[in-house]
Formats: sequence, structure tokens, C-alpha cells
Amino acid sequence: MTNVTMTVNGKTVSAEIEGRTLLSAFLREGLGLTGTHVGCDTSQCGACVVHVDGKAVKSCTMFAADAAGASVKTIEGMTNPDGSLSVVQQAFQDHHGLQCGFCTPGMVMSSAALLAENPKPTEAEIRHYLEGNICRCTGYHNIVKAVLAASGQDAAAMAAE
Amino acid sequence: MPKDYGIGASTKRREDVRFLSGRGNYTDDLTLHGQTFAVFVRSNVAHGRIKAINTATAAKMPGVLAIFTGEDFKDVGGNPAGWLINSRDGTPMREPKRPVLAHGKVRHVGDAYAAVIAETYNQAKDAAQQLADDSDIEELPAIIDMKKAVADASNRVHDEIPDNLCFDWGWIEDNRAAVDEAFKTAPHVTTLELVNNRLVPNAMEPRSSIGEYFPGTGDYKLTTTSQNPHLTRLLVSAFVLGIPENKLTVVAPDVGGGFGSKIYHYGEEALVLAASRKLGRPVRWTAERSESFLTDAHGRDHVTKIEMASTKDGEILAIRTETLANVGAYLSNFSTATPTFLHGTLMAGPYKVPHVYVNVKTVFTNTAPVDAYRGAGRPEATFSIERVVDKMCRELGLDPFEVRRKNLLTPDQFPYTTPVGLVYDTGNYQATLDKLIELADVAGFDKRAAASKAKGKLRGMGLSTWIEACGIAPSNLVGVLGSRVGLYDAATVRVNATGNISVMVGAHSHGQGHETVFAQIVAEQLGIPEASVEIVHGDTSKIPFGMGSYGSRSLAVCGTAMTKAVDKIIAKGKKIAAHMLEASEDDIVFNDGKFSVTGTDKAKTFGEIAFSAYVPHNYPLETLEPGLEETAFYDPANFTYPAGAYLCEVEVDPETGKVDIAAFTCADDFGHVMNPMIVEGQVHGGVGQGIGQALLENTTYDENGQLLTASYMDYAMPRADDVPFYTVDHSCVTPCTHNPLGVKGCGEAGAIGTPPAVVNAVIDALHRGGMTHVAHIDMPVSPARVWAAING
Repeated sequence: MTNVTMTVNGKTVSAEIEGRTLLSAFLREGLGLTGTHVGCDTSQCGACVVHVDGKAVKSCTMFAADAAGASVKTIEGMTNPDGSLSVVQQAFQDHHGLQCGFCTPGMVMSSAALLAENPKPTEAEIRHYLEGNICRCTGYHNIVKAVLAASGQDAAAMAAE
Repeated sequence: MPKDYGIGASTKRREDVRFLSGRGNYTDDLTLHGQTFAVFVRSNVAHGRIKAINTATAAKMPGVLAIFTGEDFKDVGGNPAGWLINSRDGTPMREPKRPVLAHGKVRHVGDAYAAVIAETYNQAKDAAQQLADDSDIEELPAIIDMKKAVADASNRVHDEIPDNLCFDWGWIEDNRAAVDEAFKTAPHVTTLELVNNRLVPNAMEPRSSIGEYFPGTGDYKLTTTSQNPHLTRLLVSAFVLGIPENKLTVVAPDVGGGFGSKIYHYGEEALVLAASRKLGRPVRWTAERSESFLTDAHGRDHVTKIEMASTKDGEILAIRTETLANVGAYLSNFSTATPTFLHGTLMAGPYKVPHVYVNVKTVFTNTAPVDAYRGAGRPEATFSIERVVDKMCRELGLDPFEVRRKNLLTPDQFPYTTPVGLVYDTGNYQATLDKLIELADVAGFDKRAAASKAKGKLRGMGLSTWIEACGIAPSNLVGVLGSRVGLYDAATVRVNATGNISVMVGAHSHGQGHETVFAQIVAEQLGIPEASVEIVHGDTSKIPFGMGSYGSRSLAVCGTAMTKAVDKIIAKGKKIAAHMLEASEDDIVFNDGKFSVTGTDKAKTFGEIAFSAYVPHNYPLETLEPGLEETAFYDPANFTYPAGAYLCEVEVDPETGKVDIAAFTCADDFGHVMNPMIVEGQVHGGVGQGIGQALLENTTYDENGQLLTASYMDYAMPRADDVPFYTVDHSCVTPCTHNPLGVKGCGEAGAIGTPPAVVNAVIDALHRGGMTHVAHIDMPVSPARVWAAING
């Protein structure tokens, strides 16, 4: 067992955990933050993406102990302080960028990380960046539109609608 | 100005707020007091005889609470097939028992033969590994290839089934001679052998189940990833464990996609219930993705020879097919209906074809069960027809648009009885084809092809005109055809005393947005705000007995039940209003949320009527019960028949064989559309899956039955950079004639119409590039296959 301390969504948390505890398991089972989903166990699907010190990380492939001292942000920490949806989240709702909702937390976290790096991405840049997040419901059309819209671009025009 | 309320409005989804903020409630998100963890021990051979399972060491490992093997379930029932299909000679299909845990033999890699329950997941996993090491399983030769399975009677998946055949089905057998005769005299016959590639549904949420037993009352609760909680309850109760139906609640909370794979009852659900009874504690299990690949029911997997008889100018005279359909090692619940009544009955497509005969042999193999996956039989039928039509056009030098136009049914021909037993109620296939040609700018293709050529690419366009049968299904009809269940649905509309509404529906939403769309419909019908309507689904203790969501049936069947329940509410409201307004019931009209006396300004609001129903001080109690709650069951009069026309444009790199989707356009007729935003999203998703099947996805077992594509590193899921923006249109509307909303269903269209459009486009590109020797490429049309075809 090892003791870890980190900041999650702005709050300091501390726990005794097994060394093999994955960050995704620590968030879900240790902290009850079940918005972070596990879809594949092999770092492929991206449902588990969170931000660790501002960078998008697949939390199913990182030990919780390796996040000691870090600042972790999960989907639960993405809403505005008043509980309303942030710009990226709102764009997903406005453009129907989600259906079953399972991949959605990872999609939102990856999209937010993209926009932090590249505030006005092209369609191709969005598609390339989200290559590590699998969605089975949407055919990606409305996800890409949502990210374009969140970046302040004219999504409908770019989607040739 | 688009509508912003009620039917036809693109109301934003109310579900999204919880999903976007991490507050969804999926099965694996639940934590229960005293919970324990199940891990399954799964076969690592495709076919083997269980000689011994030595549980002694595993049972003593830390945290282990119980171990189950097939021996523990040998005296309970099996998981049944939902449809009994007869062979051509009238004999019933072979239906081997599908046990909770394998007993005697294991029959596919991943077949569970034991389960360990422990205090923690890691303890259960460690003990399961020990148990696997302590199991003696004699490997037997694997039966993987369908043709070999049928040819070699010495090797059997089920010892009692000599030829590995489940059934040999002919549709319609009495028409066979006439079909054969039509081929003998036909001026031209086009023949195509093709494979409809096996797919893994891959809902992003892995299957997950929690069993709870409450010793104080003897009640059970199963929380599970299901598209149809009542069906699961029925199967567990009546067939598998024998738990009285009224002592079992099944809850399917937020479910992260299904695509068919979560229709079925699986052994893990029975195991967690049985284990919770034994331990008196909750038992939970969630699949790892590799378990999903190995054990979720797969889709498609047909090997088909299709022949099309025609005139020299492309008039279709007859269609004849022979198909081997893989059912895997055991019969999943819909597995016998999918390759038969969801496939053979669609083999006339949207065309006027006088003669059709379909033969399907379903084959047991040492692979995972195969069952309905988005489209379920209809993509297989559509792919066969649309590929052979395209081949016929090439053989005869005809224009694929004109050949389709020549053969499509015309609006004056409805209702139309096909030679394969369906009655299409309405449609306008010319309208969707015209709309497609306009939207896809077919006239501008040559210019785009020239631009592609300048980049060294070959551009092609591929067309498909498709039809499907949705809204499954009239119970008396499917009963005749072998279904063991009815396929109605149900809804209860409960008006609360304060005037807002709870609607309990049998349909289940696992991404479709029912909570939003169903509320839009009821709000408009009752003239109240959408926010006043709450949709309740997924919990057998709350909802009436409904059959769940699959086959694009939710609106056409459950939406109709809901509408009928609303009609009953309005009818009762009129009686209450007549009393309160001292008027004759016949003079009461209901409009915009008000009951009024016709020709006067006397009126009561819906809220006033609701209040009166629950506080019946001024109420006709002598003749009318208080309360305002109505249930309706609806059994559909017919299938619904969505149809459309799709065009795919591809660019093929002749150096590498890589195919890029340059443009994809859909013109669909779904009847009336309740929420355009959601309908378009459904089409996008179906097209994405169709492109996945056509270009990327394949499920590959090696000759020993090892699944080579058992993770996302090996199975090529479509990703954001594999697909373009799609152009979708649903402005061509012929309302369904037999349901009050005029809806047809849209969930599977994309998965049905897309694969042939993509493959036709690739073949077109190669032919335009001079490679006219390429008649067909099987899916997935991977760079290696295209390159081999070019250079072959």
C-alpha cells in the first residue's frame, strides 16, 4: 500500500492505495467520480481521458501513484462554477455530439485539451486529434461540428450543411 | 421557420446534461453496500472437453467467497432461441441447450465454464487465473469454416447434431420451381459470390450486470446493460433460473449503446443472480473489452451466392440466393430470425421483382454466437441485392441510376405484396433517388473525377437504393413464422394531480434520446410544455410490459402505444370537462391544452381537469373513476418500410489501394420526423458503422478458433479521421399508413444502405481507371484487398 495525495477538480485528496491501482480506478472507485469511463482497458478508446496537469491522459493506463502531487481534472470538474455547462460541453449538446453518452466524457476532455493547444483547429486537425477517442454512435459528424462550434467557427458552413 | 416545440422540433436532448457533466448512471457506476465481484473463467480453446475443474486451491485464496461451475447449473434451464425455424422439409431446427456455464464441453474461445466470486475484483481475478490453471480441458479440433463444418460430419460442435446445421430454410419453398423456371428462360443471368463480413457490435459501454437477492422478501433485482429489461426478466424467470417473474425486477439504467448486442440475455446475468442468492450479497460483473469481443453476440457472417435474372436492358426478372449463415456455438435469442425472416423477406428490395427464392443454411461453429447487429439481416439482404444489381449494370453496359429507376416500385403500386411475403404500405422511391441525384451533385461528378485524377487518384461513385422492414412486428404474423414472443409494446401515461405527466414506456433508450423525443410528442398531444413530461423507462417495477428497443421499433410501436394512451387520457378528460362545464361530452373539444364547449368560451385547462381527477369534489363519481392514468398496448398492423437512396464517392489510391470516402449523401424517407436533429444523428451513426463494415472492420478467427481481432489494436473501428462529413436529407416523406404518428423508424438505415454504396463506388473507381477485370472485392475493402484486386 502506498499513500498518494493529489488535487482532483481543485480539491486535495489523499488515500492509501495498492501500488497497482490505476488512475481510472482511483477516480471511479476511490473518489466516486464515475463520469470517467473505462471502455477498453488498452488505451485505445479514450473514454477514460482526464487532464493531468493540463494534459490529456488516458487514465486507464496511468497508475494513480504516478499522479501523486499532480492536478487532475475530470469531466465532473468541467462545468462552470455555477453548475452550468462549459463552452465545450454546451457545444456538444447544441450540436447533438453525443448519443449514448459513454464515450462523451473522454471526448469532451480530449476536445478541451485540443482547444487549449489549438484554439481554431481545422476539421482535419480535429479529426486527427480525436483519433484516440472512439465513438460508436455518432459517426463523428456532430462531434466534429461541436468542436468547431466550441472554437467559435461556423460549424454548419464547414460541415457543408 | 423551424418548429421550436413538440413534434418536428429539433429539441435539444435533456439527457445530455447528465452525460456531459459526468452524472450518467451506467450499471458499472453503481456502488452497493456489501458488494462482491464476479470474474469468469473462460475457455482459451475453441473446442474442448472439460475433464476436470479443480477448485480446491482457488477456493482457499484470499477473499474468495464462492466458485461456480457448469455442474451447479446443469439442472436449471438453458437460454432459449426466440424463434423456432423449420427446415425446408418441415423438420424443426436443432436447438442445443445453452447453459449458464459450459458443462461437458467448451465451444468457443471465451465460453465461460466457471466463475469466482470474491470480496474484491483483484482477488476474484487472481483466483480465476488459478482456477484456469487447475482446469483440465482436452482440446478438440475446432470447427470454424462454415463450408467445412457442413461437409465434415465427423467433427461436431454439438455431439447430437451430426452435420452442424441448425436448419436449412427455403423462402418461399413453394415458389422455388417458378423461380428456377424464370432463370432457365432469362436473357441474362448475373452471378455473384460474396461474403458479408462478421462484425463485433462494440457498444462503447461493456456489458455489466449486478445481481441482488433480498432474503427478507425473497425478491431479486438484476441491474444490467439491456435494450429490453422485460424480455430479460422473462427469459431469466421462465426459462433459465425459474425465479417467479413477480419476484424479479430488471433495471437497465443508462446504457452505453447496444446496436443489438444488448438485446439478448447472457449467462453472466443469471450467474450474478444465482450467486447473490447463495451469498446474500450483491454480486457484480463488468466485462473487460476482450470479454466483449469474445462473448458479445457478433453480427453478419454470411457467405452468399446471389443470382439475378434480367432482360438485356436491365429489367429484373428473378432473384435466387443461397446463403450459409454462421450462428456460432450456441443460439442467441434472435439468431435464428436474423438470417431468415429479417433477411429473406427483404430480398426483393425496393424493386418490382416477380420471382424470388432464398435458401439459408445456418451453421454451428466454434465461434461466439452471432445475432442481430444494427440492421440485422436487412444489411445482408441489401448488400447482396445492391451489389448484384451493380454487377448486372456493368455486365450489360447499363447506367446504374437508370436501371434502378426502371425497376423501382412506383407510388401507384402500393400497397405492394412482394414475392417474399411482405406488404409494403407506401413509398416514393423515385423521389428519394431524385433528391439524392440533386444533393450529391451527380452532374458534377466528372469534374470532381478529373480533379482526383490530377492528384493521381481514381474517383468512383456508388449507388444503393434500399428498403427495410422496421417496427417489428405484428404478433400474429411473427407467431406463424416461429416467434416465441409477441412484439407489441406498451405505455402508461400518468397525469399527476398538479398537471404534469409521467410516461412509463416499454421502449428502452440507450442513445436514441427517447426521454426528449417521447416528451416532445406527449407535450404536443396534450398542449403542455415539454418540461412537464417525464419519460420513465428501463425498470420493470415501474413500466408496463414492453418488448424494448431494437429493429427501429421504438417510435413506430411504443410511440403508437403512447399515443393511444394519450387518446384515452383526452377521452376521459372530456368526460370530466363535460361534468364541470355542465355540457354534453359530445360538445367538448380538446385543443391547445384546453377542454372547451364547442361554440362557446367556456373552457377548462388541462391542469384543472387533472386536479379535478385527483381532488374529485366536482366530478361525476357515479359514472367515472377518479384519477387520470391510462395504459395502452399496441400490436402493429404491419411492419414499417423506411427506404432511401445513398451515394458514396470514393478516391482510390492505385499505388496503395487505400480508399478514402470523399463524400457520402443520403436521401431517406422515414415518414414523419419527430426530431430532425436526432434523426440526422441516427443516420450519421448508421453510415459511420456502414463505412466501418465496408472499409475497416473484420472479425477474424484463425483455423484453431482463436479470435485474432480481440482488441481495438486489432479490430479496426472507424475513427474520426476515417470518415467525412455526411450530407443527409429526410425531406421526402410518405407517412406510414398504419400508425398514427406516420413514422417508420430511422435507427438502422445508415447501416443498411451504406456498405453496398461504398463497395459499388470502389468498383466504379477501378473500372473508370481501366481495371475492368475487378468484378467484386469482399468487405472490408482494405488497402491490401484493393491492391491485390488491382494487381491480380
